[in-house]
Amino acid sequence: MATQTQTGAPVASAGAGPLLRLRGVTKRFGAVQALADVDLDVHAGEVVALVGDNGAGKSTLIKAISGVSPADEGTIEWSGHNVKIGAPGDATHLGIAVVYQDLALCDNLDVVANLHLGRETRRGLFMDEIAMEREARSLLDSLAVRTLRSVRAEVGMLSGGQRQTVAIARAMTGDPKMVILDEPTAALGVAQTEQVLALVARLKERGLGVILISHNLADVFQVADRIEVLRLGRNGGSYAARADQRQAVVAAITGVAEDHPAVAQASPPAPAAPTTDPGTSA
Amino acid sequence: MSTTTPTPPAAEQHDPTASAVSLEARDGTQTGLKAIFGGGEAASLRVLIVLALIWIVFTIANDRFLTAGNLTNLTLQVAATGTISVGVVLVLLLGEIDLSVGAVSGVSGAVVGVLSVQHGWNGWLAIVAALLVGAAIGLLQGSIVTWLGIPSFVITLAGLLTWQGVQLKVLGEQGTINITDPTITNLANTFLAEWLSWVVAVAAIVMLVGGTLAGRRRRAAAELELEPAIRAIVRLASIAIAILVAVYVVNQDRGVPVSLCILIGLVIIIDAVVTRTRYGRHVLAAGGNEEATRRAGIPTRRVKTIVFVLASTLAAAGGVLAASRLLAVNQSSGTGDVLLLAIAGPVIAGVSLFGGRGSVWAALLGALVIGSISNGMDLLAFESSVKFIVTGAVLAGAVILDALARKRRLSQGRS
Repeated sequence: MATQTQTGAPVASAGAGPLLRLRGVTKRFGAVQALADVDLDVHAGEVVALVGDNGAGKSTLIKAISGVSPADEGTIEWSGHNVKIGAPGDATHLGIAVVYQDLALCDNLDVVANLHLGRETRRGLFMDEIAMEREARSLLDSLAVRTLRSVRAEVGMLSGGQRQTVAIARAMTGDPKMVILDEPTAALGVAQTEQVLALVARLKERGLGVILISHNLADVFQVADRIEVLRLGRNGGSYAARADQRQAVVAAITGVAEDHPAVAQASPPAPAAPTTDPGTSA
Repeated sequence: MSTTTPTPPAAEQHDPTASAVSLEARDGTQTGLKAIFGGGEAASLRVLIVLALIWIVFTIANDRFLTAGNLTNLTLQVAATGTISVGVVLVLLLGEIDLSVGAVSGVSGAVVGVLSVQHGWNGWLAIVAALLVGAAIGLLQGSIVTWLGIPSFVITLAGLLTWQGVQLKVLGEQGTINITDPTITNLANTFLAEWLSWVVAVAAIVMLVGGTLAGRRRRAAAELELEPAIRAIVRLASIAIAILVAVYVVNQDRGVPVSLCILIGLVIIIDAVVTRTRYGRHVLAAGGNEEATRRAGIPTRRVKTIVFVLASTLAAAGGVLAASRLLAVNQSSGTGDVLLLAIAGPVIAGVSLFGGRGSVWAALLGALVIGSISNGMDLLAFESSVKFIVTGAVLAGAVILDALARKRRLSQGRS
């Protein structure tokens, strides 16, 4: 399944290889084969959506990349160099930031404190609140976040979209080269989803590689350049994020493609949006 | 930030202005007193109102309550418990509890007594030894809680029993030791000279105003939002007046107790640690969301263990002050309601039992509330049964308020 359907998605710097290249990643939990021989490429300035049904191995793959639960086999190349990611610190050091689904924010602290958690600026014995607040503001401005009225608002008082914004902004404080977003739009309303997707688009404009995990195909097609399907721990195909690929993606996720290979390969030109959206059904 | 700007793909262009839908902020404009004191200080304000009510009631009931002599007594009474409460606040901020603080204060008193009286140690050395014993106890309990993941409730309950036993053992057959060393007894039984108390009061006000002005100037230079000037002025003026009035009143009697200065000094130091240092920020973060704090690369176990060390050390300091005030230690030092009042005080003054929220000043304010109730009912010659019931009702009321505030927060956040 290593055949890459490199479609229209432009690569940041011409000639350069992918930012992240996984080959043959395998992970077992006892007798369960969670990942089997998975390949994945992510270029700088590219949004790759990782889709698949529950249990397809999306989270396991992310944990392998982020070092939370390293892979058993396979190679990871970062900017063309072979690397070993054995712990979360390794991934952070390389410049991989992960925004987890549960956001990992402290509700009792304000936006500034959350953005700087674990890397507070110091001035003598004390924290330099002024420098941190300025930095927080310029970071949010650079991401064109206009939805936060006060950076001194307690995060627990913010809406879901605002919290997601803070979580993504926090991932940016370490100046990463790649951001992994785990279900960033789950449980968000329409307007808030739009904000978050706009933020994802800006990460890409800034030249970051983005891996987006989502159940919601509408979001995926809106913001991604390429869609990688995982099915039962294996690569289930790589698709351009074009509307005419939609049925093929759905087929690959649900496994219809395996039964009727013609459906996926031929990619029928029918541009009509399918009536069933697997994002809404579990 | 990365400066590479690759050409974005033509497909699916986003207009950031169109999609950045401005959401209605939830913090409505604050009005009235809350606008002056700000959200963070609302809890402190509530306690001050409660304290004022208590004082009014007792003054009406007994005109001796609001006299200089009695108020000085009140500050002497709260110093030891308040000091223990400072450590309790730290533990509560983590969302943990330390039930051993009373027993640790008793052990500390016993250590001071035995070392200074029976072994003839220098008073300061005996005090340092007692504080070190407290620190060691905190290190042991904190390590067990954090590294083995046992609830602090259980470990410190075991500690409560254990250290009470140790206290009896240290005191030996006699059971009571009268402390004579002036270094120790002077702590809770001396007062600042009148001129010195005014110097300290004015210095405190000058530092407070100067610090606020310097902070405003730096914020203005950084082009950041400033607290409304009127709010800052009202707040500073209220604090300055409170300090001056308090100093004036106690100077009508014996003066400002040294033990009160120790308590306030500890509150100021620990408050600065909590609100202004990285360590304090990590304590609050761990109390708010421990998993998030751990993922942010903060060594939460170390942070938590140090809190338990600080709490036990402060409990030991409270024990020294109690021994100093009593001029003795005995088998009941640190037992009875010491633990309960030391925990009840901060909770009454708004420190959340759920962790992450509260101010170190609650240790002082809570001790004053509880001390006032106890002192006032003593003046009215109430039985201890009534005292317990009233104090219990106040505590229950405070915890219910905390729980209601938390419910409101939960329903407001995360739409």
